[in-house]
Amino acid sequence: MIPFLVSLIVMMSTPDTRVVEIHAKRFSFSPDTVTLKRGEHVTVRLISDDRAHGLLVKPLGIELDASPNAPDEISIVAPAQAGTYPAICDHYCGMGHGGMKMQFAVE
Amino acid sequence: VTSYIGMKRTLDRRDFMRLSALSLGAGALLRFSPASAALRDHFQHRNGESPSPFSIVQLSDTHVGFSGPPDPLGTKAFERAVDVINALDPQPDLVLFTGDLTHDSEDAGEHARRMRTFRDIAGRLRARKRFYVPGEHDAALDGGALFGEHFGESRYSFDHRGVHFIALDNVSSGRPAVGAAQIAWMKKDLARYGHDVPIVVFTHRPLFDLKPEWEWFTTDGDQVMNALAPYRSVTVLYGHIHRAHHHTNGSAQHHAARSLIFAFPDPEATAEKKALPFDAAAPFRNLGVRVASAPAPLSINDVELTVREIGGTEGVQQLLKGGAA
Repeated sequence: MIPFLVSLIVMMSTPDTRVVEIHAKRFSFSPDTVTLKRGEHVTVRLISDDRAHGLLVKPLGIELDASPNAPDEISIVAPAQAGTYPAICDHYCGMGHGGMKMQFAVE
Repeated sequence: VTSYIGMKRTLDRRDFMRLSALSLGAGALLRFSPASAALRDHFQHRNGESPSPFSIVQLSDTHVGFSGPPDPLGTKAFERAVDVINALDPQPDLVLFTGDLTHDSEDAGEHARRMRTFRDIAGRLRARKRFYVPGEHDAALDGGALFGEHFGESRYSFDHRGVHFIALDNVSSGRPAVGAAQIAWMKKDLARYGHDVPIVVFTHRPLFDLKPEWEWFTTDGDQVMNALAPYRSVTVLYGHIHRAHHHTNGSAQHHAARSLIFAFPDPEATAEKKALPFDAAAPFRNLGVRVASAPAPLSINDVELTVREIGGTEGVQQLLKGGAA
Protein backbone atom coordinates (compact mmCIF):
# COMPACT_ATOMS: atom_id res chain seq x y z
CA MET A 1 0.00 0.00 0.00
CA ILE A 2 2.77 2.46 0.93
CA PRO A 3 4.71 2.08 -2.35
CA PHE A 4 1.45 2.60 -4.23
CA LEU A 5 0.77 5.83 -2.31
CA VAL A 6 4.31 7.06 -2.95
CA SER A 7 3.90 6.37 -6.67
CA LEU A 8 0.56 8.13 -6.67
CA ILE A 9 2.03 11.19 -4.95
CA VAL A 10 4.92 11.29 -7.42
CA MET A 11 2.51 11.08 -10.36
CA MET A 12 0.33 13.84 -8.93
CA SER A 13 3.27 16.11 -8.23
CA THR A 14 4.66 15.84 -11.77
CA PRO A 15 1.63 15.89 -14.05
CA ASP A 16 3.57 17.17 -17.07
CA THR A 17 6.31 14.59 -17.02
CA ARG A 18 6.88 13.17 -20.46
CA VAL A 19 7.64 9.49 -20.79
CA VAL A 20 10.30 8.58 -23.30
CA GLU A 21 10.34 4.92 -24.27
CA ILE A 22 13.53 3.43 -25.63
CA HIS A 23 13.53 -0.07 -27.08
CA ALA A 24 16.69 -2.15 -26.85
CA LYS A 25 17.44 -5.08 -29.10
CA ARG A 26 20.76 -6.63 -29.96
CA PHE A 27 22.68 -4.47 -30.89
CA SER A 28 20.84 -1.16 -31.20
CA PHE A 29 18.49 1.24 -29.48
CA SER A 30 15.32 2.68 -30.99
CA PRO A 31 15.18 5.60 -31.26
CA ASP A 32 18.90 6.21 -31.49
CA THR A 33 18.51 9.87 -30.51
CA VAL A 34 16.26 11.36 -27.84
CA THR A 35 15.83 15.12 -27.72
CA LEU A 36 15.09 16.82 -24.40
CA LYS A 37 14.33 20.43 -23.58
CA ARG A 38 16.62 22.14 -21.12
CA GLY A 39 15.30 21.64 -17.60
CA GLU A 40 12.57 19.27 -18.79
CA HIS A 41 11.18 16.70 -16.37
CA VAL A 42 11.13 13.38 -18.14
CA THR A 43 10.76 9.70 -17.37
CA VAL A 44 13.09 7.49 -19.37
CA ARG A 45 11.80 3.94 -19.80
CA LEU A 46 13.97 1.15 -21.19
CA ILE A 47 12.15 -1.78 -22.80
CA SER A 48 14.03 -4.86 -23.89
CA ASP A 49 12.79 -6.72 -26.94
CA ASP A 50 15.07 -9.74 -26.72
CA ARG A 51 17.45 -10.18 -23.77
CA ALA A 52 18.88 -8.16 -20.88
CA HIS A 53 20.21 -4.73 -21.83
CA GLY A 54 21.42 -1.68 -19.97
CA LEU A 55 21.24 2.04 -20.66
CA LEU A 56 23.94 4.17 -19.11
CA VAL A 57 24.33 7.95 -19.29
CA LYS A 58 26.28 8.87 -16.18
CA PRO A 59 26.13 12.67 -16.58
CA LEU A 60 22.31 12.49 -16.70
CA GLY A 61 22.03 10.01 -13.85
CA ILE A 62 20.53 7.36 -16.13
CA GLU A 63 21.47 3.79 -15.21
CA LEU A 64 18.81 1.32 -16.30
CA ASP A 65 18.74 -2.45 -16.69
CA ALA A 66 15.83 -4.12 -18.49
CA SER A 67 14.93 -7.67 -19.44
CA PRO A 68 12.04 -8.91 -21.60
CA ASN A 69 8.76 -8.22 -19.75
CA ALA A 70 10.73 -6.33 -17.10
CA PRO A 71 11.23 -2.72 -18.26
CA ASP A 72 13.16 -0.27 -16.11
CA GLU A 73 12.66 3.47 -15.79
CA ILE A 74 13.92 6.58 -14.05
CA SER A 75 12.68 10.16 -13.79
CA ILE A 76 15.24 12.88 -14.41
CA VAL A 77 15.45 16.60 -14.98
CA ALA A 78 17.34 17.51 -18.16
CA PRO A 79 20.38 19.75 -17.66
CA ALA A 80 19.99 23.50 -17.93
CA GLN A 81 22.70 23.64 -20.59
CA ALA A 82 22.38 22.33 -24.10
CA GLY A 83 24.58 19.46 -25.07
CA THR A 84 24.87 15.93 -26.42
CA TYR A 85 25.21 12.98 -24.08
CA PRO A 86 26.28 9.58 -25.45
CA ALA A 87 24.52 6.52 -24.05
CA ILE A 88 25.69 2.91 -24.08
CA CYS A 89 24.36 -0.50 -23.26
CA ASP A 90 26.23 -1.57 -20.13
CA HIS A 91 24.74 -5.04 -19.83
CA TYR A 92 26.92 -7.33 -21.93
CA CYS A 93 24.70 -8.79 -24.64
CA GLY A 94 27.02 -10.44 -27.16
CA MET A 95 29.55 -9.82 -29.88
CA GLY A 96 28.08 -6.51 -31.09
CA HIS A 97 27.62 -5.13 -27.59
CA GLY A 98 30.44 -2.61 -27.90
CA GLY A 99 28.66 -0.85 -30.74
CA MET A 100 25.27 -0.58 -29.02
CA LYS A 101 24.98 3.17 -28.54
CA MET A 102 22.52 6.08 -28.77
CA GLN A 103 22.50 9.69 -27.61
CA PHE A 104 20.51 12.26 -25.70
CA ALA A 105 20.44 15.75 -27.19
CA VAL A 106 19.50 18.59 -24.83
CA GLU A 107 18.32 21.69 -26.68
CA VAL B 1 48.78 -6.40 23.40
CA THR B 2 51.27 -3.86 24.62
CA SER B 3 53.80 -4.79 21.99
CA TYR B 4 51.15 -4.58 19.26
CA ILE B 5 50.14 -1.08 20.28
CA GLY B 6 53.75 -0.03 20.42
CA MET B 7 54.33 -1.47 17.00
CA LYS B 8 51.30 0.22 15.58
CA ARG B 9 52.65 3.56 16.65
CA THR B 10 56.01 3.05 15.02
CA LEU B 11 54.84 1.67 11.67
CA ASP B 12 54.38 4.16 8.91
CA ARG B 13 53.66 3.96 5.20
CA ARG B 14 57.29 3.38 4.36
CA ASP B 15 57.25 0.17 6.40
CA PHE B 16 54.63 -1.49 4.32
CA MET B 17 55.13 -4.05 1.65
CA ARG B 18 56.81 -2.53 -1.31
CA LEU B 19 55.37 -3.57 -4.62
CA SER B 20 57.50 -3.29 -7.71
CA ALA B 21 55.63 -3.57 -10.94
CA LEU B 22 57.04 -4.53 -14.30
CA SER B 23 54.37 -4.47 -16.92
CA LEU B 24 55.66 -6.81 -19.56
CA GLY B 25 52.97 -6.48 -22.10
CA ALA B 26 53.11 -10.20 -21.63
CA GLY B 27 51.55 -9.34 -18.31
CA ALA B 28 52.94 -7.69 -15.25
CA LEU B 29 55.57 -9.01 -12.93
CA LEU B 30 55.11 -7.73 -9.42
CA ARG B 31 57.53 -8.21 -6.56
CA PHE B 32 56.60 -7.84 -2.93
CA SER B 33 59.27 -7.01 -0.41
CA PRO B 34 58.71 -6.38 3.28
CA ALA B 35 60.36 -3.03 3.82
CA SER B 36 61.64 -3.48 7.36
CA ALA B 37 62.47 -6.04 10.02
CA ALA B 38 59.92 -4.30 12.21
CA LEU B 39 57.22 -5.15 9.73
CA ARG B 40 58.25 -8.79 9.54
CA ASP B 41 58.10 -9.05 13.32
CA HIS B 42 54.78 -7.26 13.30
CA PHE B 43 53.12 -9.73 10.94
CA GLN B 44 54.70 -12.69 12.69
CA HIS B 45 53.00 -11.45 15.81
CA ARG B 46 49.68 -10.61 14.18
CA ASN B 47 48.97 -13.57 11.93
CA GLY B 48 51.79 -16.01 12.50
CA GLU B 49 53.09 -15.66 8.96
CA SER B 50 56.13 -13.52 8.46
CA PRO B 51 56.18 -11.84 5.04
CA SER B 52 59.09 -12.54 2.77
CA PRO B 53 59.93 -11.28 -0.70
CA PHE B 54 58.13 -12.90 -3.57
CA SER B 55 56.91 -12.10 -7.04
CA ILE B 56 53.70 -12.64 -8.92
CA VAL B 57 52.78 -12.33 -12.57
CA GLN B 58 49.53 -10.87 -13.82
CA LEU B 59 48.21 -11.87 -17.24
CA SER B 60 45.05 -10.49 -18.74
CA ASP B 61 42.70 -10.51 -21.68
CA THR B 62 44.07 -13.41 -23.67
CA HIS B 63 40.73 -13.69 -25.55
CA VAL B 64 41.39 -17.22 -26.76
CA GLY B 65 39.19 -17.74 -29.81
CA PHE B 66 39.29 -14.14 -30.99
CA SER B 67 39.77 -13.75 -34.69
CA GLY B 68 39.97 -10.40 -36.41
CA PRO B 69 42.14 -7.74 -38.00
CA PRO B 70 43.55 -6.24 -34.77
CA ASP B 71 45.30 -9.56 -34.12
CA PRO B 72 45.47 -12.23 -36.81
CA LEU B 73 47.89 -14.28 -34.73
CA GLY B 74 45.38 -15.82 -32.36
CA THR B 75 47.04 -17.26 -29.28
CA LYS B 76 50.64 -16.56 -30.35
CA ALA B 77 51.08 -13.65 -27.95
CA PHE B 78 49.69 -15.68 -25.07
CA GLU B 79 52.00 -18.59 -25.91
CA ARG B 80 54.96 -16.26 -26.10
CA ALA B 81 54.06 -14.79 -22.73
CA VAL B 82 54.07 -18.29 -21.26
CA ASP B 83 57.57 -18.86 -22.64
CA VAL B 84 58.79 -15.54 -21.23
CA ILE B 85 57.40 -16.31 -17.80
CA ASN B 86 58.76 -19.84 -17.81
CA ALA B 87 62.25 -18.43 -18.37
CA LEU B 88 62.11 -16.18 -15.31
CA ASP B 89 64.52 -17.11 -12.56
CA PRO B 90 63.36 -17.30 -9.86
CA GLN B 91 59.90 -18.32 -10.91
CA PRO B 92 56.97 -16.22 -9.66
CA ASP B 93 55.12 -17.66 -6.70
CA LEU B 94 51.72 -16.91 -8.21
CA VAL B 95 50.19 -16.23 -11.61
CA LEU B 96 46.98 -14.21 -11.62
CA PHE B 97 44.74 -14.05 -14.68
CA THR B 98 42.44 -11.02 -14.61
CA GLY B 99 39.69 -12.06 -16.98
CA ASP B 100 38.66 -12.37 -20.61
CA LEU B 101 40.57 -15.59 -20.77
CA THR B 102 38.41 -16.48 -23.77
CA HIS B 103 36.43 -14.68 -26.43
CA ASP B 104 32.76 -15.56 -26.17
CA SER B 105 30.81 -17.56 -28.71
CA GLU B 106 27.07 -17.98 -29.20
CA ASP B 107 27.80 -21.68 -29.45
CA ALA B 108 28.33 -23.00 -25.91
CA GLY B 109 30.28 -25.98 -27.24
CA GLU B 110 32.67 -23.71 -29.09
CA HIS B 111 33.09 -21.50 -26.03
CA ALA B 112 33.89 -24.57 -23.94
CA ARG B 113 36.49 -25.60 -26.51
CA ARG B 114 38.09 -22.15 -26.20
CA MET B 115 38.22 -22.54 -22.43
CA ARG B 116 39.96 -25.87 -22.80
CA THR B 117 42.48 -24.33 -25.22
CA PHE B 118 43.14 -21.57 -22.72
CA ARG B 119 43.64 -24.12 -19.97
CA ASP B 120 46.04 -26.12 -22.15
CA ILE B 121 48.23 -23.08 -22.84
CA ALA B 122 48.12 -21.82 -19.24
CA GLY B 123 48.98 -25.36 -18.16
CA ARG B 124 52.39 -24.99 -19.82
CA LEU B 125 53.40 -22.46 -17.15
CA ARG B 126 56.02 -23.78 -14.76
CA ALA B 127 54.45 -21.78 -11.95
CA ARG B 128 51.84 -24.10 -10.51
CA LYS B 129 49.83 -21.67 -8.37
CA ARG B 130 47.48 -20.07 -10.88
CA PHE B 131 44.36 -18.09 -10.07
CA TYR B 132 41.58 -16.82 -12.30
CA VAL B 133 38.75 -14.32 -12.36
CA PRO B 134 36.31 -14.04 -15.27
CA GLY B 135 35.88 -11.22 -17.74
CA GLU B 136 32.58 -10.40 -19.41
CA HIS B 137 33.60 -12.40 -22.47
CA ASP B 138 34.00 -15.47 -20.25
CA ALA B 139 30.95 -15.19 -18.09
CA ALA B 140 28.41 -12.48 -18.91
CA LEU B 141 26.23 -14.43 -21.35
CA ASP B 142 25.66 -17.49 -19.16
CA GLY B 143 26.02 -15.99 -15.69
CA GLY B 144 29.42 -17.59 -15.24
CA ALA B 145 28.27 -21.21 -15.63
CA LEU B 146 30.92 -22.27 -18.15
CA PHE B 147 33.66 -20.39 -16.32
CA GLY B 148 32.67 -22.18 -13.12
CA GLU B 149 32.88 -25.57 -14.81
CA HIS B 150 36.41 -24.92 -16.04
CA PHE B 151 37.96 -22.67 -13.40
CA GLY B 152 35.88 -22.96 -10.24
CA GLU B 153 34.66 -20.13 -8.04
CA SER B 154 34.81 -16.59 -9.40
CA ARG B 155 35.18 -15.01 -5.96
CA TYR B 156 37.49 -16.27 -3.25
CA SER B 157 40.38 -15.23 -1.06
CA PHE B 158 43.63 -16.68 0.19
CA ASP B 159 46.78 -15.71 2.05
CA HIS B 160 50.28 -15.87 0.68
CA ARG B 161 53.38 -14.92 2.70
CA GLY B 162 51.64 -12.31 4.77
CA VAL B 163 49.59 -10.80 1.93
CA HIS B 164 45.83 -11.33 1.68
CA PHE B 165 44.52 -11.84 -1.87
CA ILE B 166 40.88 -11.30 -2.82
CA ALA B 167 39.41 -12.35 -6.19
CA LEU B 168 36.33 -10.34 -7.15
CA ASP B 169 33.86 -11.06 -9.95
CA ASN B 170 32.49 -7.86 -11.52
CA VAL B 171 31.18 -9.36 -14.75
CA SER B 172 29.01 -12.46 -14.24
CA SER B 173 25.81 -10.51 -13.62
CA GLY B 174 26.19 -9.10 -17.12
CA ARG B 175 26.60 -5.62 -15.74
CA PRO B 176 29.79 -3.93 -14.53
CA ALA B 177 28.94 -4.64 -10.92
CA VAL B 178 30.25 -6.54 -7.92
CA GLY B 179 26.84 -6.74 -6.29
CA ALA B 180 25.61 -6.43 -2.72
CA ALA B 181 26.04 -10.11 -1.86
CA GLN B 182 29.67 -10.20 -2.96
CA ILE B 183 30.47 -6.95 -1.17
CA ALA B 184 28.95 -8.35 2.03
CA TRP B 185 31.07 -11.49 1.56
CA MET B 186 34.19 -9.35 1.08
CA LYS B 187 33.49 -7.30 4.21
CA LYS B 188 33.09 -10.47 6.24
CA ASP B 189 36.31 -11.84 4.76
CA LEU B 190 38.20 -8.61 5.55
CA ALA B 191 36.91 -8.49 9.11
CA ARG B 192 39.35 -11.27 10.03
CA TYR B 193 42.32 -9.04 9.24
CA GLY B 194 43.91 -6.04 10.88
CA HIS B 195 44.18 -2.85 8.89
CA ASP B 196 47.91 -3.32 8.56
CA VAL B 197 47.69 -6.52 6.51
CA PRO B 198 48.58 -5.84 2.85
CA ILE B 199 45.63 -6.53 0.57
CA VAL B 200 45.75 -7.42 -3.13
CA VAL B 201 42.43 -7.43 -4.98
CA PHE B 202 42.33 -8.87 -8.47
CA THR B 203 39.36 -8.42 -10.73
CA HIS B 204 38.52 -7.72 -14.37
CA ARG B 205 37.07 -4.24 -14.66
CA PRO B 206 38.51 -1.13 -13.01
CA LEU B 207 36.96 -0.41 -9.62
CA PHE B 208 36.90 3.33 -10.32
CA ASP B 209 35.42 5.52 -13.05
CA LEU B 210 38.25 5.39 -15.55
CA LYS B 211 36.11 5.95 -18.67
CA PRO B 212 32.44 5.04 -18.06
CA GLU B 213 31.35 5.79 -21.63
CA TRP B 214 33.79 3.08 -22.73
CA GLU B 215 32.49 0.80 -19.97
CA TRP B 216 35.74 1.22 -18.08
CA PHE B 217 34.21 1.29 -14.62
CA THR B 218 32.35 -0.77 -12.04
CA THR B 219 29.06 0.71 -10.98
CA ASP B 220 29.53 -0.17 -7.29
CA GLY B 221 33.31 0.00 -7.31
CA ASP B 222 33.19 2.87 -4.83
CA GLN B 223 31.48 0.59 -2.30
CA VAL B 224 34.28 -1.93 -2.70
CA MET B 225 36.94 0.73 -2.25
CA ASN B 226 35.16 2.23 0.75
CA ALA B 227 35.27 -1.19 2.42
CA LEU B 228 39.00 -1.36 1.67
CA ALA B 229 39.71 2.22 2.73
CA PRO B 230 40.76 1.41 6.32
CA TYR B 231 43.52 -0.88 5.05
CA ARG B 232 46.84 0.83 4.76
CA SER B 233 48.23 -1.08 1.80
CA VAL B 234 45.75 -1.97 -0.96
CA THR B 235 46.69 -2.98 -4.49
CA VAL B 236 44.05 -3.60 -7.16
CA LEU B 237 45.09 -5.55 -10.25
CA TYR B 238 42.70 -5.53 -13.16
CA GLY B 239 42.48 -5.93 -16.94
CA HIS B 240 39.67 -5.15 -19.38
CA ILE B 241 41.14 -1.92 -20.78
CA HIS B 242 43.86 -3.61 -22.88
CA ARG B 243 46.54 -1.14 -21.90
CA ALA B 244 48.77 -0.41 -18.93
CA HIS B 245 47.35 2.12 -16.52
CA HIS B 246 48.22 3.19 -12.99
CA HIS B 247 45.98 5.09 -10.64
CA THR B 248 46.25 6.08 -7.00
CA ASN B 249 43.30 6.79 -4.75
CA GLY B 250 44.05 7.22 -1.07
CA SER B 251 46.04 4.21 0.11
CA ALA B 252 44.96 2.15 -2.88
CA GLN B 253 47.02 1.60 -6.00
CA HIS B 254 45.21 0.40 -9.14
CA HIS B 255 47.16 -1.29 -11.95
CA ALA B 256 45.86 -2.47 -15.29
CA ALA B 257 47.78 -5.08 -17.28
CA ARG B 258 48.07 -5.03 -21.00
CA SER B 259 46.13 -7.45 -23.14
CA LEU B 260 47.62 -10.41 -24.97
CA ILE B 261 45.45 -9.99 -28.05
CA PHE B 262 45.29 -6.29 -29.06
CA ALA B 263 45.51 -2.86 -27.46
CA PHE B 264 43.00 -0.09 -26.99
CA PRO B 265 44.07 3.55 -27.40
CA ASP B 266 44.48 6.15 -24.69
CA PRO B 267 40.98 7.52 -24.02
CA GLU B 268 42.51 10.92 -23.30
CA ALA B 269 43.87 11.02 -26.85
CA THR B 270 40.93 9.76 -28.87
CA ALA B 271 37.15 9.83 -28.71
CA GLU B 272 36.60 6.46 -30.31
CA LYS B 273 37.14 3.15 -28.58
CA LYS B 274 38.69 1.20 -31.39
CA ALA B 275 41.43 -1.42 -31.22
CA LEU B 276 44.84 -0.25 -32.37
CA PRO B 277 45.67 -1.76 -35.76
CA PHE B 278 47.92 -4.76 -36.13
CA ASP B 279 51.46 -3.88 -37.13
CA ALA B 280 52.94 -6.65 -39.25
CA ALA B 281 56.39 -5.12 -38.87
CA ALA B 282 56.16 -5.48 -35.10
CA PRO B 283 53.59 -8.21 -34.45
CA PHE B 284 54.26 -8.29 -30.73
CA ARG B 285 54.47 -4.56 -30.39
CA ASN B 286 52.24 -4.60 -27.36
CA LEU B 287 54.53 -7.12 -25.73
CA GLY B 288 57.14 -4.44 -25.46
CA VAL B 289 58.31 -3.88 -21.95
CA ARG B 290 56.91 -1.19 -19.79
CA VAL B 291 58.41 -0.59 -16.38
CA ALA B 292 56.48 1.51 -13.93
CA SER B 293 57.49 2.92 -10.57
CA ALA B 294 56.52 5.73 -8.15
CA PRO B 295 57.22 6.76 -4.53
CA ALA B 296 56.86 4.23 -1.72
CA PRO B 297 54.99 2.13 -0.82
CA LEU B 298 54.37 1.50 -4.49
CA SER B 299 57.35 2.33 -6.61
CA ILE B 300 56.68 2.91 -10.26
CA ASN B 301 58.89 4.12 -13.12
CA ASP B 302 57.25 4.31 -16.47
CA VAL B 303 59.65 3.40 -19.23
CA GLU B 304 58.45 2.12 -22.54
CA LEU B 305 60.87 0.06 -24.59
CA THR B 306 60.53 -1.56 -27.94
CA VAL B 307 60.91 -5.27 -28.44
CA ARG B 308 63.97 -4.70 -30.57
CA GLU B 309 65.78 -2.68 -27.93
CA ILE B 310 65.05 -5.02 -25.10
CA GLY B 311 62.65 -7.84 -25.30
CA GLY B 312 61.76 -11.40 -24.49
CA THR B 313 63.36 -13.35 -21.71
CA GLU B 314 66.70 -11.62 -22.02
CA GLY B 315 65.08 -8.21 -21.80
CA VAL B 316 63.11 -9.13 -18.74
CA GLN B 317 66.16 -10.50 -16.96
CA GLN B 318 68.08 -7.32 -17.81
CA LEU B 319 65.33 -5.25 -16.27
CA LEU B 320 65.26 -7.35 -13.14
CA LYS B 321 69.02 -7.09 -12.74
CA GLY B 322 68.72 -3.38 -13.30
CA GLY B 323 66.74 -3.21 -10.10
CA ALA B 324 63.61 -1.63 -11.44
CA ALA B 325 61.93 0.02 -8.46
